[in-house]
Amino acid sequence: MTAATDRKRKATADAVSASIRSGGPNWKPLAFQGLLLVLLLTSMLILVALLADIAVSAWPTFQSRGLSFVTSGLSLNPETAGVFTGIVGSLVIAGIVIILAFPIGVAAAVYLEEYAPDNRWTRFVDTTVRNLAGVPSIVYGLLGLAIFVPLVRNIGLGGSTSGKNVVAAGITMAALVLPIVVITAAEAIRAVPSSIREAGFGVGATQWEVIRSHVLPSALPGILTGTVLTLARALGETAPLLVIGVATGYFAPAGNATMFDQLTGSYTALPVIVFSWTRQTQAEFADTLAPAAIIVLLVVLFILNGVAIWLRNRTEKKW
Amino acid sequence: MTDEPAPPSAREPRVTTSHTSQTEAPRTTGGTPDDDHAVIIDLDDLDVFYGDFHAVESVSLPVREKEVTAFIGPSGCGKSTVLRSINRMNDLIPSARVEGAVSYHGVDLYGPGVDPVQVRRHIGMVFQKPNPFPKSIYDNVSFGPKIAGHSGDMDDLVERSLDRAALWDEVKDKLDESAYALSGGQQQRLCIARAIATSPDVLLMDEPASSLDPIATLRIEELMYELKQDYTIIIVTHNMQQAARVSDRTAFFSVNVDAGQRTGRLVEFTETARIFTAPDKQETEDYITGRFG
Repeated sequence: MTAATDRKRKATADAVSASIRSGGPNWKPLAFQGLLLVLLLTSMLILVALLADIAVSAWPTFQSRGLSFVTSGLSLNPETAGVFTGIVGSLVIAGIVIILAFPIGVAAAVYLEEYAPDNRWTRFVDTTVRNLAGVPSIVYGLLGLAIFVPLVRNIGLGGSTSGKNVVAAGITMAALVLPIVVITAAEAIRAVPSSIREAGFGVGATQWEVIRSHVLPSALPGILTGTVLTLARALGETAPLLVIGVATGYFAPAGNATMFDQLTGSYTALPVIVFSWTRQTQAEFADTLAPAAIIVLLVVLFILNGVAIWLRNRTEKKW
Repeated sequence: MTDEPAPPSAREPRVTTSHTSQTEAPRTTGGTPDDDHAVIIDLDDLDVFYGDFHAVESVSLPVREKEVTAFIGPSGCGKSTVLRSINRMNDLIPSARVEGAVSYHGVDLYGPGVDPVQVRRHIGMVFQKPNPFPKSIYDNVSFGPKIAGHSGDMDDLVERSLDRAALWDEVKDKLDESAYALSGGQQQRLCIARAIATSPDVLLMDEPASSLDPIATLRIEELMYELKQDYTIIIVTHNMQQAARVSDRTAFFSVNVDAGQRTGRLVEFTETARIFTAPDKQETEDYITGRFG
């Protein structure tokens, strides 16, 4: 082509090259990315430091006592004190929570999402449930003391503690986590695409058949993920248990106590053991035994969560 | 996708041979409407409202058995609304309200004591976007009959339904695999198999091929030609050539834009061959020749 066209072409090429090449590294985005990374590491570092501190403090206990720490009951002697009663208490509470909170919570979520008409009353119920999820746990403790303890007494499970036992504690914790179960289950149900429901109705299914055969199976992974959250809350809360009258000091069931007596008698839970041991006068309780109890609590929690996650992965099909 | 149709006066119904038909008879564009076929669905002055919105006004049309009836018309003219009223799918929309009658073998489907669940077992539906259940292919087809209390051989029923939907050969070795592993066209044929598994009388198809590629579309159309030997089919389509290819009779809907409200109404309903060559109404001719819509 002509020299003029060539010059124009070169000028365009130069201008484009100048504008699309950067003058050097662009600092602002990099700095922002760096800042985010630092914040992430800081928060993880705090957690890691905390866990490391606890693990280091707990190590002597496990080293010298090994498994007997987990299998021994409470004792005033730091050499023989163990968390077994606490493990039993926590697991019984977790069991009651699962038996009570999940069926009721999932059923409530199904009703709210599938059957309830979209009117002011439904929205009010929805808002109330969300507010209840945020109520401080000690309030649930007072609720438990006022209502569930007499209830347990009246149905004959009062036992030697007149109702201030692990049964009442379990019911109270179930009430505590119920709003969370309802909310997470409702989210999971809402996430099921409506085309699946339409297809179900299209082949002549009733609403319950559509829910049971299609909506709930699809929502199950999400509901089980919610299990992880609720179990963590149920196992970790200490305040409501203190109000319900959990034994914070030493206690031991009588030698010939029946299962019923043990169930309705004094009880304790892992977080409460941690709490009470940090207040003992003997230093070993606070320095080495309490951290070891925390480690046991974390392990129990991880195992329960692991089961929930395993269940969720099994139900999360390859579709 | 749509090429300009020839002006009505220059068109004669063409005789075409079908590609993969199991019968050797040539297929006529414009279908085979036969006035001896009984009317099994009768829409009588049907009006549909969504709350205060008057969606469809005064639709009256008879649907004859073992024929393919097509609903065509511009967007928003109410074709899908009318279709969904026939199997009471509009019940799923809380604000939907129906006036007038939809008779099925003489019974008003909106009359007292009619159970919509039972209605949908007689009048099946295939949706625009394939929506198989997140289950295996076998479970997709067997779900409908199972909840209807089918007590016979389920394996046999599943095989027959998939065979009728021209899908058996492709899936017979993988019945336990996920329905989502199938291609779009296969999923839609699976949805057809699912719909016919409950042995309905009538199949409603709401733009069944609009999300499919041309080859898959052709297979669905071939399927309709075979299925009409046993089922009455009503298809909503916005593809006029498709309506011309598959249907025996065609209903043309349009929209009244009236004081700000768009209300759908039936403009013309006649044999397909007539509607595409010599329609009665000017509005129909305008739509078919592409002057609007």
